[in-house]
Amino acid sequence: MVNRLKKFFSGTYLGLILVFLYAPILILIVYSFNQSKTLGNWTGFTFDWYTQLFRTPEITDALVVTLSVAAISSIVATVLGTLAAIGLHAMKRRDRMLLENISQLPMVNPDLVTGISLMLLFLFVGLRNGYARLLIAHITFNLPYVIFSVLPKLRQSSDLLYEAALDLGCTPLQAIKKVVIPDIMPGIVSGLIMAFTLSLDDFVISFFAGNGVDNLSMYIYATARRGVNPALSTIIFVPVVTLLLIVNLKSIREERNAELQSKKVGMKR
Amino acid sequence: MRMRRSVFAYPYVVWMAVFILTPMLLILYYAFSNDSGATLENIVQAASWDNLRVLADSVRFALYTTLLCLLLGFPVAYLLSQMKKTTAGLLSVFFIVPMWMNFLLRTYAWKVLLSAFTKILYTESAVLLGMVYNFLPFMILPIYTTLIKLDKSYIEAAADLGANPTKTFLKVILPLSMPGIISGITMVFIPSTTTFAISQLLGGGKTMLYGDLIYMKFITEQSWNTGSALSIILLAFVLVSMAFMKKAERKTSDEGGGRLW
Repeated sequence: MVNRLKKFFSGTYLGLILVFLYAPILILIVYSFNQSKTLGNWTGFTFDWYTQLFRTPEITDALVVTLSVAAISSIVATVLGTLAAIGLHAMKRRDRMLLENISQLPMVNPDLVTGISLMLLFLFVGLRNGYARLLIAHITFNLPYVIFSVLPKLRQSSDLLYEAALDLGCTPLQAIKKVVIPDIMPGIVSGLIMAFTLSLDDFVISFFAGNGVDNLSMYIYATARRGVNPALSTIIFVPVVTLLLIVNLKSIREERNAELQSKKVGMKR
Repeated sequence: MRMRRSVFAYPYVVWMAVFILTPMLLILYYAFSNDSGATLENIVQAASWDNLRVLADSVRFALYTTLLCLLLGFPVAYLLSQMKKTTAGLLSVFFIVPMWMNFLLRTYAWKVLLSAFTKILYTESAVLLGMVYNFLPFMILPIYTTLIKLDKSYIEAAADLGANPTKTFLKVILPLSMPGIISGITMVFIPSTTTFAISQLLGGGKTMLYGDLIYMKFITEQSWNTGSALSIILLAFVLVSMAFMKKAERKTSDEGGGRLW
């Protein structure tokens, strides 16, 4: 009885916090199918917000910018960052510590300061192209996340693999491609996914470092006073949540399988 | 001769020098110079009474946010950690996913909600609500990860030795979860001190936080020197708080979580 009561209260509490976390978004999504312009006044079902969304060039442009910047910057950061991690891993301790510490700067720095520092650089060198500015800024803040998700995998894997590949006649590039990279693949993939989601989501750094070319966050900020098309929330949230759920559920399932496996092994003993 | 593997890091080192180090040096340059040369004037100006009051206000907001996140988030992490492992794994995803969702749109959603159903939009409470809402997952995650690693035999031992549930919680669970609590506090306190835009969206410009002040200096007033000086002060504040948290973290792990209170 006491147990059931406890369960009831803990369930209610978790439920309430989930409502707190998700209600605003869900309400916006529901409201994106409402004919009325005001929230809390349901006048009928419609897809008008969605057709309007795709007829607003600012929104479709921002969508293209967001997705392309996220794709390009995460891929570039993954390539540069993976190579960097491989290089750093092979360095002498002192050099490595220095470079690792500097690499952490964009993670430690408030986004605001990172954005402003890049803005100053772009103004200083006279780089006006807004798209290029966004791309550079996103690659820069994505890099440490890739490096620090690849480095632990390198520490787990053995340096002897690389040496063996060289002894067996691989060139260094071949050895990296055929031996080292497959071994650290999980770290590379999680770095890539993290970089992609961070880039999709970024506002503060883009806002300061950018120039005239808006991603979705910047568009939302600029139009928040007038009111943002609620259909945008569906467009943003459904894919992100689906992607994250797939990734997380996969890892949970793997964990559970591993657990079952170890249980079986334990039983055999 | 074999090519050294460290060569692979060179492209990144160049990138880092140009896009991480140089920009930071530029901020330092603008902060400590004006048209006539090197000066401390910008820093003195930035550290004016009014600006420091804004910083104090931001810290106050950040402290409230951190405290509320801890009070709301600890029970979530604790309850999740008590569940069956697979259920907890699945449920915890839902608490952590908001970390990866566009914070601006989520904040905007609150703006719409608050203006439709309440009268608190454009007040300090609305700003605080927005901050707690945005940073709560950052408190839940580290505490949860510490709690699931917690060895259950300690709790059983405490019970066997006669501690009641309250005492077990205060003397065993809470001290052992301290590392998670501290990293949660770091992950909430520091970003919420430097937050930008939440106060503009939900406070309607009435609540000025430090991030908004920096924004104003750079974008509205175009005074890069003062703006850079303000950024340097913020950075110094952040680094000091982080060092403080690191020290606290080390202390709790050194002591193995015991004897904290």
